[in-house]
Amino acid sequence: MPHANALYGPLDPAPDAGYENAPPRMGFFTDTSVCIGCKACEVACKEWNGVPESGLDLLGMSYDNTGALTANSWRHVAFVEQPRSAGWATPAFAGDPDGPAISPATAAVGARTSTDTGTDPGLPTGSPAAAARMSGGPEFLGMPGAQPPGRGSGAEGRTDFRWLMMSDVCKHCTHAACLDVCPTGSLFRTEFGTVVVQEDICNGCGYCISACPYGVIDQRKDDGRAWKCTLCYDRLGVGMTPACAQACPTESIQYGELDELRERAAARVAKLHERGVPEARLYGHDPNDGVGGDGAFFLLLDEPEVYGLPPDPIVTTRDLPAMWKRAGLAAMTMAVATAVAFLGGRR
Amino acid sequence: MAEAHPVGFQWVMEAKRRGAKVFHVDPRFTRTSAVADSYLPIRAGTDIALLGGVVHYILDNELDFREYVVAYTNAATIVTEEYADTEDMHGLFSGFNDDNATYDQASWRYEGHPQDQTTRDSETQRETAAGLENESHGAPVGGETERDETLQHPRCVYQILKRHFARYTPEMVERVCGIPQEKFLELAHAWTENSGRDRTGMLVYSVGWTQHSVGVQYIRTGAIIQLLLGNVGRPGGGVMALRGHASIQGSTDIPTLFNLLPGYLPMPHHAEHPTLDKWVDSIAHPGQKGFWGNARTYGVNLLKAYWGDAATADNDYCYGYMPRMTGDHGTYQQVLDMIDGKIKGYFLLGQNPAVGSAHGRAQRLGMANLDWLVVRDLFMIESATFWQNAPEIETGEIVPERCRTEVFFLPAASHVEKEGTFTQTQRLLQWREKAVEPPGDARSELWFFYHLGRVIRERLATSTKPRDRALLDLTWDYPTHGPHAEPSAESVLREINGYDVATGRPLASFTEMKDDGSTVGGCWIYTGVYADGVNQAARRKPGSEQSLVAPEWGWAWPANRRILYNRASADPDGNPWSERKRYIWWDADKSEWTGYDVPDFEKTKPPSYRPAHDASGVAGIAGDDPFILQGDGKGWLYAPTGVLDGPMPTHYEPVESPVRNPLYRQQANPTRKVYTHPINTLNPSPPQEHSDVFPYVFTVSRLTEHHTAGAMSRNVSPLAELQPEMFVEVSPELAALRGLSHLGWAHLVTSRAAVEAKVLVTDRVTPLRVDGRIIHQVWLPYHFGFEGLVTGDSANDLFGITLDPNVLIQESKVGTCDVRPGRRPRGQDLVDLVVDYRRRSGNLVHRYPPMVTTDVADSSSDQEA
Repeated sequence: MPHANALYGPLDPAPDAGYENAPPRMGFFTDTSVCIGCKACEVACKEWNGVPESGLDLLGMSYDNTGALTANSWRHVAFVEQPRSAGWATPAFAGDPDGPAISPATAAVGARTSTDTGTDPGLPTGSPAAAARMSGGPEFLGMPGAQPPGRGSGAEGRTDFRWLMMSDVCKHCTHAACLDVCPTGSLFRTEFGTVVVQEDICNGCGYCISACPYGVIDQRKDDGRAWKCTLCYDRLGVGMTPACAQACPTESIQYGELDELRERAAARVAKLHERGVPEARLYGHDPNDGVGGDGAFFLLLDEPEVYGLPPDPIVTTRDLPAMWKRAGLAAMTMAVATAVAFLGGRR
Repeated sequence: MAEAHPVGFQWVMEAKRRGAKVFHVDPRFTRTSAVADSYLPIRAGTDIALLGGVVHYILDNELDFREYVVAYTNAATIVTEEYADTEDMHGLFSGFNDDNATYDQASWRYEGHPQDQTTRDSETQRETAAGLENESHGAPVGGETERDETLQHPRCVYQILKRHFARYTPEMVERVCGIPQEKFLELAHAWTENSGRDRTGMLVYSVGWTQHSVGVQYIRTGAIIQLLLGNVGRPGGGVMALRGHASIQGSTDIPTLFNLLPGYLPMPHHAEHPTLDKWVDSIAHPGQKGFWGNARTYGVNLLKAYWGDAATADNDYCYGYMPRMTGDHGTYQQVLDMIDGKIKGYFLLGQNPAVGSAHGRAQRLGMANLDWLVVRDLFMIESATFWQNAPEIETGEIVPERCRTEVFFLPAASHVEKEGTFTQTQRLLQWREKAVEPPGDARSELWFFYHLGRVIRERLATSTKPRDRALLDLTWDYPTHGPHAEPSAESVLREINGYDVATGRPLASFTEMKDDGSTVGGCWIYTGVYADGVNQAARRKPGSEQSLVAPEWGWAWPANRRILYNRASADPDGNPWSERKRYIWWDADKSEWTGYDVPDFEKTKPPSYRPAHDASGVAGIAGDDPFILQGDGKGWLYAPTGVLDGPMPTHYEPVESPVRNPLYRQQANPTRKVYTHPINTLNPSPPQEHSDVFPYVFTVSRLTEHHTAGAMSRNVSPLAELQPEMFVEVSPELAALRGLSHLGWAHLVTSRAAVEAKVLVTDRVTPLRVDGRIIHQVWLPYHFGFEGLVTGDSANDLFGITLDPNVLIQESKVGTCDVRPGRRPRGQDLVDLVVDYRRRSGNLVHRYPPMVTTDVADSSSDQEA
């Protein structure tokens, strides 16, 4: 009998997947408030997992030349330049002269940037028109963070500035839609509660790609198979720390038992609030969210959209039972109606 | 620091986690600024004005750690009447000699001291970068000084310092550096508040700080602040240099420099050191106080290490075999000599001057005029392929078919493919094991030099020529192992450590060295690293299993001492300054110095010890003089000799600057080292005409993603893809001004070169208000070249060659340029563009002696004199 929350709601995924005496669920807590953007995580990941090159193009998105999580980039450090105060720091450019902002044309050039990562869908291109519109200054679009990363600010008052950095990764959802839709069983739940692709039986159908609410999983064009972070399953098995967390010099990426990480994260947020960083918040930590909580969650300093994260991700298979129910109901109704029609006809 | 030293930066983040406040001063907003509590954008090349402002702030508000300053620095020492300050001389000190643009340092000496006869004249010191010899000990001065401990005497160092820095006010800092006063005061306040009895502050810099025509004086200013605040010789204090790559400290200790021998012994000079006695006396200065009295011992042990049994007392330990300097043999002089055809062959080991050195075109043209060139590197670098791929091929300046240089490229083993030691900034030696075999024909440097020496010696074995004796008599007997006959690195370490000739017993300390040939030691300061026949550098006891000083992790020179001059961590009576900062103290019951570290003092010399009037050497150091390698035992706020561009730091503009020096009539460092050569063209600076041809300031540095000249990162795909193209960072203001668009092209032009780059328009770069003008700065990474997975123009091509006079470091962190939209022209058009800029800017070349600008009337300077 499947768990009542098998597709949605709080759950411990490994026992649910059938592991008896599963070890504690393991995960990542990425504290972006201490990230220095060194990209050691990206390099360590590529080295350990033999991930191929993902394009040698300058993207113009601040110092981010990776662009997004793709089949060829399993860690991605986002760089967000913002014309707003870091709160706890002295305004960076207070007292310095300022002048015209980046022209709309310049912003449009930046937004057209695309790169061939050798993967599909790979790196989506931005909208030049939208970027040009936004370069004119903050425009309330009903969303916080009106500026795309790396683009300019308004014309005056360039006193406040902050540069956010965040190492993104597969979230290893409690309810992993990629896994739910995989027809070959290539995607599977490990005993550590993580989600891994077995590349030798992936048939390249691509269902997982549209299923992922975070846009993480991606296909390599040359072999058609789906690839993503394995949370270094091979290292975990022998008690080692994943390569990215091992390489992180500032402990921005912390690896450990998820329960313990959630406690640590809560304490860190409290500490930051105490130190005058009210914008610190957690993302993906809540077992009651749309994916049942992430195995890899984050401490952010702004709204998730600013980092390119969906604000309210929901597992795409959440409504499967309801859909099946409705489909069944519809089928039954059809059958009844047909029967009635025939019965009626005989009368 | 987060940008260039991310691994070391973890400790700054740890300190921040514990509540530390981090300040970051940088021309552009970097990854360090992103996590700093306060970011101060600064005009490149004005750090002495900023730090001078801090000195002024300390002295003006009497925030110095007075007891420390009086007892341990030369603040109370009185200087001779002959001394005249920059305040009196429009930015020059007394003793300036117009003929050769050097100072006669005699008038800077302490009151009552005779003029030093053993020191070389300033011009020879500049030619031989003599400042480097002072890296482990102060320049020679006598021990006894006249002092006024009330610090009121008008000619005591404290008052001289106060007067010298009187004009470095917060207003002046704002005017020169472009740093708003409020921000400057925030910095000065935090620094001073966190120093004293209970607290210490550390100054950490990266080597870009040294790459200025006043580089040594940058560091001096930092050291003066640290001395005034009592932050030297105490835990959590000091001035730390983050070196550009692994073991740069090691390569000055056991140097790869033309003017030094191991342990900071000077390379003999042909005229001044004709004999062993003259050489060692010039180091020891007979009759002088301090630890350098034993220079003969250190010198003889080195000669014994080189020539073993052949070195005897009768032949002055083969001193005659030593090569002699005849002048400047530094890397830039050599490149100009190559261009002029005076140098035939060259070895390049782990260095890529075609990209990494100033004036790339001169570097490449020089190498293209050699007979042979040996390049040892991990990858096929620009300095090995310049003859076929350099930008000069396109302009016709190098023709591959006619380039005479025969290049021998030899693949080298990387640091994980060979064993040996790294010495880091704390003087800590850490042994490295070999992790994997080098691929293919790649070999270690040790292998290369050992076998090169072996082959040469075999070829010369039957020679009877006297000139070959120096080679044939060398001790060249290192044991080898493995299929490639790799020499044993540990056996080299043993020789460096030193041993007793008769018994072979490794020496435990340099105090065991003898000057009679009975001991051998390759680098006296490293003696003890192989004590008891144990490789002490290989110790890896975890920090959790030992004291906070962790003495059993690696080995630090000298004598495994982790903090130098740590006598200063106790007060003059030998008690800790405070419980919190307790480190080394005098144990009166046992009558000895004790504490957490190895005391940097004679163990049983009590605090009350006072030397006899005529005492010399170590006996001349008093019980409360912590700076035991200085002749007077004091930390020098004022350098009475040895610093060629002045006893105290002075703000001079960079050699190429769009700004007239707001502080003095003297524009740039008057004693800087200049090379007059047709290729070494110069951008004009005020008060010269046409400085507006190059209106913008550019500075270069590193990205986290790449390493130095890029060979080790541009050839490695996981790194290359992270920063795949050469770019230039410009402010939105400059982009609008010059019509630059984000991700479009721009090119930068100087009187040497034009370099193109993609444009990143970013708020992280800001214009500055300097002396009433808006100054625009641009930033470029210097990692790119024409080989590798990702390529681009080299930023260092933009620079000319101007050096600091003390250590001959080049000014390669600041210059002036023009910025133009679009790609640079190609071929002859490129040459024409640069020639046209030169013509419009007055066709200047660096002149020698350097231009002194005191005679130029300028109303904007000296208003506050």
